Amino acid sequence: MSDVFFTRAGQLAARKVADEVVILRAHDSSLYVLNPVASAVWEAADGRTSLDAVVRDVICHEFDVDPETARRDASELLASLVAEGLLRTSDQPMAPADPGAPGGHPA
Amino acid sequence: MQALATVVVDVGDVPVALSTGDPALAAVLQRRFHRFLTPSAAPAFHFDISVIPDGDDTGDRDEDLQVRAEGGLWRLRRGDFRAEWDPETRRGWIHQRLSPYAADSVLRIVHTLLLSRARGFLLHASSVVRNGRAFLFTGPSGVGKTTIARLAPDDAVVLTDEISYVRQVGGRYMAYGTPFAGELSDSGEPVSAPVAAVFGLAWAADPSHERLAEGAAVQMLMRNILFFAADPALTADLLETACDFADAVPAFRLAFAPDARVWATIQ
Repeated sequence: MSDVFFTRAGQLAARKVADEVVILRAHDSSLYVLNPVASAVWEAADGRTSLDAVVRDVICHEFDVDPETARRDASELLASLVAEGLLRTSDQPMAPADPGAPGGHPA
Repeated sequence: MQALATVVVDVGDVPVALSTGDPALAAVLQRRFHRFLTPSAAPAFHFDISVIPDGDDTGDRDEDLQVRAEGGLWRLRRGDFRAEWDPETRRGWIHQRLSPYAADSVLRIVHTLLLSRARGFLLHASSVVRNGRAFLFTGPSGVGKTTIARLAPDDAVVLTDEISYVRQVGGRYMAYGTPFAGELSDSGEPVSAPVAAVFGLAWAADPSHERLAEGAAVQMLMRNILFFAADPALTADLLETACDFADAVPAFRLAFAPDARVWATIQ
């Protein structure tokens, strides 16, 4: 499977509360609360870090899960976050999120 | 238009002047906001209101609310009104049907826009002051906001049974009375107090309450805060305020039956 890079979509406000990231979408006020694993993926979404790297260096490191399961679950999680319009993906590294843009608001 | 009457409605220490040449509307506004009129206050904002004639059936009366920022102006429209507001000049106009609801809605929207930049928000919640401390009770319609306000002891002051006004002042969150009424069909009292706690309501045979973690508190707040503007900067400000409030003010889930004994658990 080829690797994938991902970054935060625009028009989002996000804050980390305890170990969960809370995201508020501007155009329809939709609210999302990410669990700790999804929060780790969100925090790593800088457009330059690949999903494989996040699985290896963050998920397997911080959570009690084997690499194969972690890769499969992370792929499904990424797909759902993309489907919700919270993340964008590419098969190439992307420009880092602009911290001044709403979508790049630090969590 | 020659203004025949101006009422100044002060909510949260922000006086807003409403001027109209229509005597019937002036009377409606004075009744609606009677506890919050401050004729001597210098208004922070000013709206001129004109009335849509009775026979004018243009427009869709069921049109949903739209709030848009265009060219530095806020434009608001709904089936029963059109409004425009310039936050720089602090002036605007409302063209509305003869009812108290349109001006009431415009005031709510204007206050949500102002509060989002002032560490504050309007919350679907009743609020009650007891012993100098404000308690907020939030949740969707039918969950008991009005009921718990009605059950409050005689020494309590009801700030509102429907829409609570919260703003940070001097490093602490204050709740202010509002004229925005729910089932009581009467406004709250124009007083304020520091917020001691916020409760998310649920029905249960026996009263109980449990402390919410900060993340759950933020979720509860965000689901009940009034917010109309699809504006990224204001959205970020609002989320930051909700998180700061959840950090500063304890939040609980309160299950209760319609019985005054519930107030023994609220400290």
